[in-house]
Amino acid sequence: MSNAILQVEKLVKHYGEVHAVRGVSFSVEEGEVFGLLGPNGAGKTTTVEILEGLRDPDSGFVSVCGLNPQRESEALKHEIGAALQATSLPDKMRVIEAIGLFASFYKRHRKPEELLKRFGLDEKRNTFYGQLSGGQKQRLALAMALVNDPQVCFLDEPTAGLDPQVRREIYDVIEELRRDKKTVLLTTHYIEEAERLCDRVAIVDHGVVIALGTPRELKARSGGTTRVEVRLSKPESNGAMKNLEGVVDVREVDGAYVLHSQRPPQTIVSLVKHLEAQGNELVSLEIATPSLEDVFIELTGRRLRD
Amino acid sequence: MKNFATLTRMRVQLAFRNKMFFFFVIVMPFAFFFLWLGLLAKGVPARCAFYLGPVLAFNVMGSFWGLSAALVLFREQGILRRFHVAPVSASDMLASSIVANYVLTLPIVALELFFARVIFHVPSLGNPISLFLLVSIGIISFGSLGLVVASVTNTMQETQVLNQLLWLPLIFLSGATFPLAFMPRGVQRFGLFLPATYLVNGVQQAILNSATPWSRYVEVLSLSVWACLTFFLSAQLFRWEPEAKVPRRAKLLVAATVIPFVLLGVVENMSDRVLVEARTALERFDSGPPARPASMGVPAKPAAARKASGSNQN
Repeated sequence: MSNAILQVEKLVKHYGEVHAVRGVSFSVEEGEVFGLLGPNGAGKTTTVEILEGLRDPDSGFVSVCGLNPQRESEALKHEIGAALQATSLPDKMRVIEAIGLFASFYKRHRKPEELLKRFGLDEKRNTFYGQLSGGQKQRLALAMALVNDPQVCFLDEPTAGLDPQVRREIYDVIEELRRDKKTVLLTTHYIEEAERLCDRVAIVDHGVVIALGTPRELKARSGGTTRVEVRLSKPESNGAMKNLEGVVDVREVDGAYVLHSQRPPQTIVSLVKHLEAQGNELVSLEIATPSLEDVFIELTGRRLRD
Repeated sequence: MKNFATLTRMRVQLAFRNKMFFFFVIVMPFAFFFLWLGLLAKGVPARCAFYLGPVLAFNVMGSFWGLSAALVLFREQGILRRFHVAPVSASDMLASSIVANYVLTLPIVALELFFARVIFHVPSLGNPISLFLLVSIGIISFGSLGLVVASVTNTMQETQVLNQLLWLPLIFLSGATFPLAFMPRGVQRFGLFLPATYLVNGVQQAILNSATPWSRYVEVLSLSVWACLTFFLSAQLFRWEPEAKVPRRAKLLVAATVIPFVLLGVVENMSDRVLVEARTALERFDSGPPARPASMGVPAKPAAARKASGSNQN
């Protein structure tokens, strides 16, 4: 890609016997919000930390803003911003001091006052870090990630563990970054986050990219079918479920049957008839348009949260 | 350089907001100071002069506790990770720890010297240049030892255990708590392999005998070399990430930190210089006429103290 600001080719990283990343490849264009979506332990954080220059890869090629993160780490750090997973600040450091301190490390930086206002932390400017709520800490982490007006922003699970209200606030911030044409690499295991925020998504599992494309392209893999998830009082064979009208695919996930149907009303009618004939009962039924979760299930046979 | 200065300011600022800092860096040193000079020396000026060196050395050595614990805590809590992703080097982090500790410890030492003069009427503080030099090198070298401890331990628990293992011999076998001359011969011999012994002896000689920096070149040089070595090693072994393992070569590198004092210990065991000085100081302390306690007003100045304060016997 001509405008690729971030390139990863055949990236490999082992931790002893654990194969964290096994040949990951993707590239991100300037101004794109790119998501790495996958369950915990998929290798997302390791990939991002290699791109940030925090870890050395075992093999493969990586380039961020035309720089090698391992050999040109110092120069790279001036060009990137990062909101890391599992990080902290000293409890007795005030919000304004934290932003001011980190701003002082960079050749080019934004005014701390401007960031305080933008991230709604103005009222908390003199509050100690240890007294901030989880959402406020995360907003501060994002403010600090942008303190040097970076070319590329790495957001590693920025909403993990936050309540829905705070999560939506973080989404607004990321959407604002997109409007500002910032390049963002976002890792997440939340489907909603990836679908809502990302221009393109790489689905990662066991250290491998198993699908890559826009959320729309990825969902189109489900062939325009509707997802019908049913739970029954007694198990049925996959074959019997696949014979239902309109069904093109069946998977058993966590004791539920996930049916992909081209004609949902007919599928449901034939399901009810079949259950009546078998003396079986319907415990629950959900109908939804396909999501990235379905793509993940289709590719791995597991739910993303497993 | 700019990052180092900013980080140093931040460390000093945070220290003043930390209750533990007040306890370990202010309350405890003064508690030891008044305990030793008030109770052990009974406020007798000449005796206070004798104990002042070990008390100062004791406080200076305490630097390694605070520095190791702070660095491990920063690593365990993921604070170092946040700095790692910014353009901050390991040397910036480590040097700022050392300098912040120096800036915080030196005024305490200065206050102790002031109280020694004003409250306990210590006849003379000896050679101020030697004293300043040895205290400064002591703070830096023992601070660097703390950074090495932080580099080779993974958790706060491990750090506390290793600190205890180092601290006990440093304070009990070096003359910092009990005069070296009181110790059995074997312990004295062992004490000559400890860096703390040279700090205690150097500071004591600077106070009692107004020893010049040049005459204390063994102490100044050995502690300086040790400070450089430990700082260099701590920078080599520095880990930003809590899950980063201690490298295999770490144990070998850490073993290198004992080399200067192993060599010096062998030489000093052959010459007996330090032991003779420790014995002479103790004999003078013992033979000094009993003086009036400081609380009685006019500072007492025994003959031995007058002699000690006015001459350089090195």
